[in-house]
Amino acid sequence: MNRFLGFLRKEFIHIFRDVRTMMILFLIPIFQILIFGYVIKNEVKDAKIGVIDMSHDNVTEEIVARLDAANDFEVVKEYRNYEEAEAGFRANEIKAVIVFNTEFANNLGKYRTADVQILLDASDPNLANLINSYTTVILNNYAAELNNAGGKPIISTEPRMWFNENLQSAYMFVPGTMALILMLITALMSSISIVREKETGTMEILLVSPMKPIQIILGKLSPYAALSVVNVFSILLIGNFVFGVPVHGSWVLLLLVSFLFILLALSLGLLISTVVKTQQAAMFISIFALMLPTMLLSGFIFPIENMPLILQYVSYIVPAKYFLIIIKGIMLKGVGIDYFLKEVLILLGMTIGLIVLSVLKFKNRLE
Amino acid sequence: MRTLLIILKKEFKQIFRDKMMIPVIFVMPFIQTIVLVYAATLELKKTEITIVDLDHSEFSRNLTAKFNASPFFDISTQYYNFGLIENDLLRENTKSIIIIPQNFEKNLRQGIPVKLQMNINAIDGQGAGLISIYVNQTVASMVREILPRNGNSNVNVMPVGFNVKSRFLYNEEMNFKHFMLPGILVILVSMIGIFLTSLNIVKEKESGTMEQINVTPIKKWQFLTGKMLPFMLIGILDLSLGLGIGMLLYNVPFEGSVVSLFIFTIVYLFAGIGLGLLISDFANTQQQAMFSIFFFFLIFVLMGGIFTSVESMPAWAQQLDRINPIYYFMRILRSILLKGSTITDLFKEFISLIIFGITVMSIAVWKYQKTN
Repeated sequence: MNRFLGFLRKEFIHIFRDVRTMMILFLIPIFQILIFGYVIKNEVKDAKIGVIDMSHDNVTEEIVARLDAANDFEVVKEYRNYEEAEAGFRANEIKAVIVFNTEFANNLGKYRTADVQILLDASDPNLANLINSYTTVILNNYAAELNNAGGKPIISTEPRMWFNENLQSAYMFVPGTMALILMLITALMSSISIVREKETGTMEILLVSPMKPIQIILGKLSPYAALSVVNVFSILLIGNFVFGVPVHGSWVLLLLVSFLFILLALSLGLLISTVVKTQQAAMFISIFALMLPTMLLSGFIFPIENMPLILQYVSYIVPAKYFLIIIKGIMLKGVGIDYFLKEVLILLGMTIGLIVLSVLKFKNRLE
Repeated sequence: MRTLLIILKKEFKQIFRDKMMIPVIFVMPFIQTIVLVYAATLELKKTEITIVDLDHSEFSRNLTAKFNASPFFDISTQYYNFGLIENDLLRENTKSIIIIPQNFEKNLRQGIPVKLQMNINAIDGQGAGLISIYVNQTVASMVREILPRNGNSNVNVMPVGFNVKSRFLYNEEMNFKHFMLPGILVILVSMIGIFLTSLNIVKEKESGTMEQINVTPIKKWQFLTGKMLPFMLIGILDLSLGLGIGMLLYNVPFEGSVVSLFIFTIVYLFAGIGLGLLISDFANTQQQAMFSIFFFFLIFVLMGGIFTSVESMPAWAQQLDRINPIYYFMRILRSILLKGSTITDLFKEFISLIIFGITVMSIAVWKYQKTN
């Protein structure tokens, strides 16, 4: 036991003396959350738009003024013709152009309806879609005002946004970041640190020591488990205090599940370390087999239901998918274990399977 | 010159001797362009929606039919137990529940405004916002249909209306893959430029072979060129590979000129490799290098406009993007492929990348010490 404690101490010192890497490990989740919270927005704000106004009447000028006054848009340029506008699109000066043709005022007077053309840069389809619907809303509101419709619309909708009343994006990215960081840092760091011993040849020294393989594994992995627990707390605290992401359910349950996920990530790291020989290989496997699926196939950023069926099937073997269902349930819906017992059992099964598999593989190398 | 050729030969041998590198270099473009492009879709396809019809009238059936016809909704249950709303949302049985109230038709015919309650699972706030917009659009289209029959409209006071005609330029079908593929190519090229260069150099340090090279008469520029040129070539190769897959598989257009694309790629790779070299100057172990790169890569990618629009970011973040090489290359690649922009159109990005590349490369080369 004493021997093991000594080894454990050595491992901790080994990791914690590299101050810069330590800093980065703690800063990555914090920066990621701050960027998601303060930088990445999926709304339209001050989108630069241009105008081709061949009519120049009261109505078109009023429309342009209203667009410019709206928070969503900034009318930056008036073009004389389509060629000029197209050059503007190619040089990324504008995202959309509103076109009123020469007949605009005439048609509006005669037929009470006139065409408004919106040209959109759809090389970014989502942005184009948003700009299109916002412009249409502004036009329709103006038309309603002109009609002096006043009053309430005949059918109104009364939305009730469950679990996230103010539609805050933090409710998605805080749990997502937790899954990504735990998977990435835990699995990547642990696999690299073991492979490094192999690469530099010090693993052989460890193996001929009187330590049992299980002790070596435990000693190698526990510093990273400790590190990950610190990250869990920093993510949850920033999420809670800075972005107001609640934990409606039980903290104990949340921490237990997070620890289960950390164990799973560690066993994945261990498994990777038993099959590769170089640190670079460990890194690329971690990125391709762990980080990308965790980011893309877990429902973190992109909804799984929108993917092709085959990728939806692949998502069933991505542990982060289950982890996210569980922690979103605990944090945002405040439900207990009976709502996600299936997911917990799947994670537990995966963890046990991976531990058994990697311990077996690790022993094999000894002989 | 001969020395340089020999060094290059050694470097290529060393890179390809590593069994791991072949899959990394040749399989990576396939995985990224095929799996990632399919996975990374923000298109809202079909949302499960449950309609609780408490009115059972012509109007309520008309509205339900409208939802059924909309490409955005997938109507699951039509008859429904009112008390189970919360439970169904908690268990994710449905994404949203719309309740058509009693007397829906009666009130409408008498001109009394009615309210539709919609319950949306809003954990994905953005998605919930979209659902609410589409529901309102569907309701509005029904209102337009029933209004004239209500006798509310009068020919003499025909309402003023604008007939909005939208044209989606450069991507008429609003194909999200055409948007995503250039982004994935940027990640691909950056990974090769920054990660591989940096790790390759640090590996020599870690295994001690760097010292051996340092005592040879090889000059600093020869050594660095030998380290950087192979990754420049691999980067260009992988970009072409990924681009080829994208054009074949997703019909991604190539509107601009091939020459300008490759000129930009070389300029970008120069900057990226410079960054990789700079990081390797400060790292002693591969682990250190990896995590330093990870840190910067994450920030650059998230802020570079690959998955989301830079235009939506706050002004200070857009200012910060001036020192983000990924931001420039992202704009460049998308503009050349989808819009056919030329170097003149992208002159600002071109100059900025060159300045960035030269600055980073100069610092990196200056910091690199042949002697310890």
